[in-house]
Amino acid sequence: MQNMNKPEKNLLLPSYLEQSDAVKQRFDKLKQRNVILEVKGLDKVYKTTKGETVALKNVSFQTHKREFVCVIGPSGCGKSTLIRVLAGLESYTSGEVLLDGKPITGPGRDRGMVFQGYTLFPWRTVKQNVMFGLEMNNIGTNEAGREADLWLELVGLEKFSNAYPHELSGGMKQRVAIARALVNQPRILLMDEPFGALDAQSRCKMQTHLLEIWRNIDITIVFITHDLDEAIFLADRILVLKAHPGEVLELIEVPVPRPRNTSQFTSPEFIATKARLDALIHPQDEKENTETPIQQRMIRFVNVQDNVE
Amino acid sequence: MSMSSWFTVRQELTPDRRKIIGWASFLLPLLIWCVVSYVPFIWHPMVAIQQPGDVDYFQVGMLIDKATFKEELANMQAQDKVSPEGKPANPIYLPAPHEVAKAFYTAFTTPPVQKDGLWLHQSLWKSIQVIFWGFVISSLIGVPLGVLCGTYSALSRLNEPFIEFFRYLPAPAFGALAVAILGIYDGPKIAIIVIGTFFQQVLIIANTTRKLDYSLLEAAMTLGTNKFKLLQHVVIPGILPELYRDQRILLGWAWTYLIVAELIGTTSGITWFITQQARYQHFDNVYAAIFMIGFIGLGTDLLLALLGKRLFAWDKPANKE
Repeated sequence: MQNMNKPEKNLLLPSYLEQSDAVKQRFDKLKQRNVILEVKGLDKVYKTTKGETVALKNVSFQTHKREFVCVIGPSGCGKSTLIRVLAGLESYTSGEVLLDGKPITGPGRDRGMVFQGYTLFPWRTVKQNVMFGLEMNNIGTNEAGREADLWLELVGLEKFSNAYPHELSGGMKQRVAIARALVNQPRILLMDEPFGALDAQSRCKMQTHLLEIWRNIDITIVFITHDLDEAIFLADRILVLKAHPGEVLELIEVPVPRPRNTSQFTSPEFIATKARLDALIHPQDEKENTETPIQQRMIRFVNVQDNVE
Repeated sequence: MSMSSWFTVRQELTPDRRKIIGWASFLLPLLIWCVVSYVPFIWHPMVAIQQPGDVDYFQVGMLIDKATFKEELANMQAQDKVSPEGKPANPIYLPAPHEVAKAFYTAFTTPPVQKDGLWLHQSLWKSIQVIFWGFVISSLIGVPLGVLCGTYSALSRLNEPFIEFFRYLPAPAFGALAVAILGIYDGPKIAIIVIGTFFQQVLIIANTTRKLDYSLLEAAMTLGTNKFKLLQHVVIPGILPELYRDQRILLGWAWTYLIVAELIGTTSGITWFITQQARYQHFDNVYAAIFMIGFIGLGTDLLLALLGKRLFAWDKPANKE
């Protein structure tokens, strides 16, 4: 088991479907929880002057209370469309989207959203940004301020409460955005590639931080990403979509035990899951057919004796 | 220091260079003016008579065409009469810088020619009032309408095609109409400034409003903001710095309509002063008055820019310029 990261040992990997007892128990418990989000036969068709584009076709899945779901898929699979439909920012063509059994008709404070582009209000300080949702829902300034302080402490930004967004780093901005969404105490937190614009180091920190937050508060998270490692590291279950049209390929139960830490990236379960995701998202035959092959025979522009390899 | 470092493409200049070049932008035109005025062999197409000699129509101080002067000089020399004397001079419409500088002071201290006439500072104040009210009235309607057009597509479609058409109509064309409706005093003048400003204002501000990042509105909606609160809590605060910059530019445009506006009905304000002085060929005063408009305009803009920096401290990235 020590040499698991060597590719030739891949043959010895357990199946990603194999779950240890602890993991199995966790999933059994999870599935007994109430269903919080239910998507049934969701279709989304864009009508343009050039004709119709099917973005989502017959998408169905369920999310239980306090579950962490990642949605993954190649570009064009409609994962962003899906989360925008869930947020109520986009309409859908047919099917049902139910939150606590009630259909979603438009954006609302019961579904918080964190965008890739931060979308903090630049004219408000960090604290005022976090207070925004409360103010919009007619909660007095004093109480809103107290609540905001609490959530800023949770994301570790209490020292920056009077700073303006342009003074913060990308990771800090996204922490403010998370606090701003959570202060409304939504039923579900929708995250659209929130760490996509961050550098590798801050992304890793933010992932750990997000899990910490998720562990400590009553929140269900739907998280969009195109990063396989990120999805496996964070999720209980991963919804894999395929492109053109966006359809559900598989809902994978991640066999990596919790609590998660970065050393698990090399564990057999992790590698097995990643191999499965890779196979789903980049099918072998499709790769050969559709992608332009990389030019192997290069023209040599340097002195023939001057070799670097 | 190499010359090429002054011409790096789109790079910020050092503060010292910024200052030097900023001053140069004013000093260079002044230098050209000085050269033309004070170097006798450059231009100077006229001759100022110092000694009329025996030419019967010459008088001391008279400005004569160089060619005519030479002809008369040759005439007198041929007839053995006393030759006229003169020195090269510029036409009357181009006074020298020091004359205009002096006029800056004397224009304020010279009492009006007519008894009921206005002093210069009174004329200026009148002009400023016309501009102020024209701009305020235009903004009172134009700014809210622009913001609404930029926010709601229905309103934009309803208003903007007509405004797009109207803004091509030259404002002074409405002068006669404005006099017929509003009389001959300040009314029509303010109306011209309003017509000249308003239509551009609506379009520019609608555009600025549309440039606001839509994802900010989406974020606000997911936080439970309803449609009506969006305008007050996201759209308006979000565009405020840009709106302020637009207003500064529009105020500059309003000034450019001033002279035409003041010619309508009874001529008044700084325009009255300028036309009067031009009639008596006091071109030094004319230049002084024109420059005064420039100084007042630039002065207010600098003040407003300074104020804007304080008001919108959060807009740091944009304020760097």
